[in-house]
Amino acid sequence: MSNELEFLSRRVASGKLSRRDFLGRAAALGISAPFANSLLSSAARAAGPVKGGTLKAGLVGGESTNSLDPALFMTQVPFAFGKMWGELIVELSPEGKLENRIAEEIGSSDDAKVWTLKIRDGVEFHNGKTVTAEDVAATLERHSDEKSKSGALGYMKGIETIKASGKEVVLTLKEANADLPYLLSDYHLIVQPNGGKDKADAGISAGPYKVTTNEPGVRHGGERFANYWQGDKMGHADQIEIIVINDATARTAALQGGQVNVINRVEPKIVDLIKRLPGVTIRNHAGPGHYVFIMHCNTAPFDNADLRMALKLAIDREEMLDKILRGYGSLGNDFPINASYPLFTEIEQRKYDPDKAKFHFKKSGHDGAVLLRTSDVAFPGAVDASQLFQQSAAKAGIQIELKREPGDGYWNEVWNKQPFCASYWGGRSTQDQMYSTAYLSTADWNDTRFKRPDFDKMVLAARAELDETKRKQMYHDMAVLVRDEGGLILPMFNQFIDATGAKVGGWVDDPHQELMNGYALAKCWLEA
Amino acid sequence: MSSPILKLVAQRVALGILLLLAVSVLIFAGTQILPGDVAQAILGQSATPESLANLREQLGLNQPAYLRYFHWLGGVLTGDLGTAMSSGQDIATSIKGRLWNTLFLAFWAAIVAVPLAIILGLIAVRYRNGWVDKLISGLALASTSFPEFFIGYVLVYFFAVKWQIFPGISTVYDGMPFGERMQAIALPATALTLVVLAHMMRMTRAAILNVMQSAYVETAELKGLSAFNVIRKHAFPNAIAPIINVVMLNLAYLIVGVVVVEVIFVYPGMGQYLVDHVTKRDVPVVQAVGLIFAAVYISLNIIADIAAIVANPRLRHPK
Repeated sequence: MSNELEFLSRRVASGKLSRRDFLGRAAALGISAPFANSLLSSAARAAGPVKGGTLKAGLVGGESTNSLDPALFMTQVPFAFGKMWGELIVELSPEGKLENRIAEEIGSSDDAKVWTLKIRDGVEFHNGKTVTAEDVAATLERHSDEKSKSGALGYMKGIETIKASGKEVVLTLKEANADLPYLLSDYHLIVQPNGGKDKADAGISAGPYKVTTNEPGVRHGGERFANYWQGDKMGHADQIEIIVINDATARTAALQGGQVNVINRVEPKIVDLIKRLPGVTIRNHAGPGHYVFIMHCNTAPFDNADLRMALKLAIDREEMLDKILRGYGSLGNDFPINASYPLFTEIEQRKYDPDKAKFHFKKSGHDGAVLLRTSDVAFPGAVDASQLFQQSAAKAGIQIELKREPGDGYWNEVWNKQPFCASYWGGRSTQDQMYSTAYLSTADWNDTRFKRPDFDKMVLAARAELDETKRKQMYHDMAVLVRDEGGLILPMFNQFIDATGAKVGGWVDDPHQELMNGYALAKCWLEA
Repeated sequence: MSSPILKLVAQRVALGILLLLAVSVLIFAGTQILPGDVAQAILGQSATPESLANLREQLGLNQPAYLRYFHWLGGVLTGDLGTAMSSGQDIATSIKGRLWNTLFLAFWAAIVAVPLAIILGLIAVRYRNGWVDKLISGLALASTSFPEFFIGYVLVYFFAVKWQIFPGISTVYDGMPFGERMQAIALPATALTLVVLAHMMRMTRAAILNVMQSAYVETAELKGLSAFNVIRKHAFPNAIAPIINVVMLNLAYLIVGVVVVEVIFVYPGMGQYLVDHVTKRDVPVVQAVGLIFAAVYISLNIIADIAAIVANPRLRHPK
């Protein structure tokens, strides 16, 4: 980097030169705009967070039916707003490490069955009370209760007893689980006064922002919580606001017009156009989310392993990645894990092979067409992807009949009910979580009806294994089993594609969820 | 005003109320025909026979349908619309804000659209079949023929993105200063105006042209009145009934039919609220919104009827 540029970028960071002037001079020095922009942001980061101002996000995924009760969070807006006002027991850092929040220390017995959470001193709720071990215990109790209808209930069922004593909460599990701290980082498990048992949707926790506005489906706002326990790391803007903008074009226009600073879910097909807009930066990064076609392993004709294999071989993953995601993703390999998970091992990539597909299809003895249900809501571009699948399968002599289902009711009537349909998964933070949620025989969301006692045993064994090398091997074996014998066709992992407007500093890619795992508004700042 | 008019008006209002009652029965029956009941919808996957029975008891679903209907109707008449299943919020409170927003937007769109449409209609008649008439008709028809989302996006592109005069998202909230609120609704109100303009304008033109064939207009012309005065004094008052009708229909559209515009401009009105709750099968909210929309439609039509009666001398002075 030339000295002049470095000097200029520091001047911008300290507010003595406008961004526009900087870019103009950089261009004069023969520096391309993206590189000049990256210079700027590194200079800004070096200059440190700027306090003040209002950061606004325009997000898809909010409805007027949303509630502030963390147990009921499902879509992106409650998720992201929850990260603003809520504080978790433990969180995952962008590097995938555990980052203790309300728990100061998490320890386990040697068999990974008894876990002790030591509660941090001096963390304050928005209502002025201090967070106690009882509050944490009550939170976990509420989410373990069927009545709370909590999105975290699936894992919470595995906890047998929850006891608070002094500054510690002791959890005894029904079965050993080496991943418990990861499970506790679930975004539903926001610590509330008395666990939210008094008023679940009060919107009070110990996060960086206090709830000031809550108009479900319209907008949510917060002001900085002065007594936030780690105010140096989060909560730079004075106010934050989330505006619900479900329409993609309106979202982009709002970012362009400067009414919001951050948007989520930029459509892959317009990324290249948006990239060129002045001041706008695309923030795309790999995550665990994936698009799938799922077959019920216990329902004819998909109970036939050869038919399942034929369909897996009849999909052209590369074409789909290229045409549906425009390259903003990575190839899937028919098991739900990729490099964004800890303990991932590479397995040979399955390729489009019409001849082999034909062979397996013949062997299956199936006659006639296979019915695939699809819908716009299954994943962005699902209908187009289904048509690509239909064409690539036709080349292998397999006839796929498409049925387009209405988006309304798709998740109630089609997904997890019909034997073959398009769907998506947002992914989880550990392999155990992903497999436990959707591949255990007993899982409610076992949407491929993959019911294999031998696989269940492997999941439980890996969960209790504390030796990392052994565990890695176990996960490898499980992946192979799902890939070769399961009902999952996974053509591609998608990327999170967010975008920020001018002057947004402090962005760090986080592989766990979109919008920096929901923390974009709390961790970013407005450059002066 | 004489008593026959009062009688006619009273008749219309009574008919309207009767109609509204009939609609409420239809809405209630419609939501009852849907598969599953509210208790099942609330509990969803986690429903056990026991919890279903408990909840049914609690919600009074064990009573026969007609009792439940009267119970619901009684609630509606006393302003209690029940609570939303999905979020547990009081429906009347949430609807109040939304309805106010919708009415606010519709009001300002109407304030611009109605006079503009009528004046343009009058001008078109005055210069009928000339280039002015053709230009006005052509532009108005074009703006109506484009789908509203297209008009919306074009407005956003130029006014919000390119020139940055008005905001592209129209989120309004309680306590927003009036000026900001007006600025926020500028684009959606313009889009709505363009959508309803042509219908009213063409109707005005047609109705007046119809009257222009009459003998008394010819007389007026022969008296030497200017073309505008003929239209203003003689033709327009006699053409007002059909014009009011079409104006009212368009006003109703501005209130109940603006879902698409609300979505594009992210405007927190009734349409978006209804769509959200239909997807969640939130029956109490759908019933309430349905009833409100029906009430708006019926009352605007009554107003149109009454205005037509009052404007018509033959009805005002029956022999």
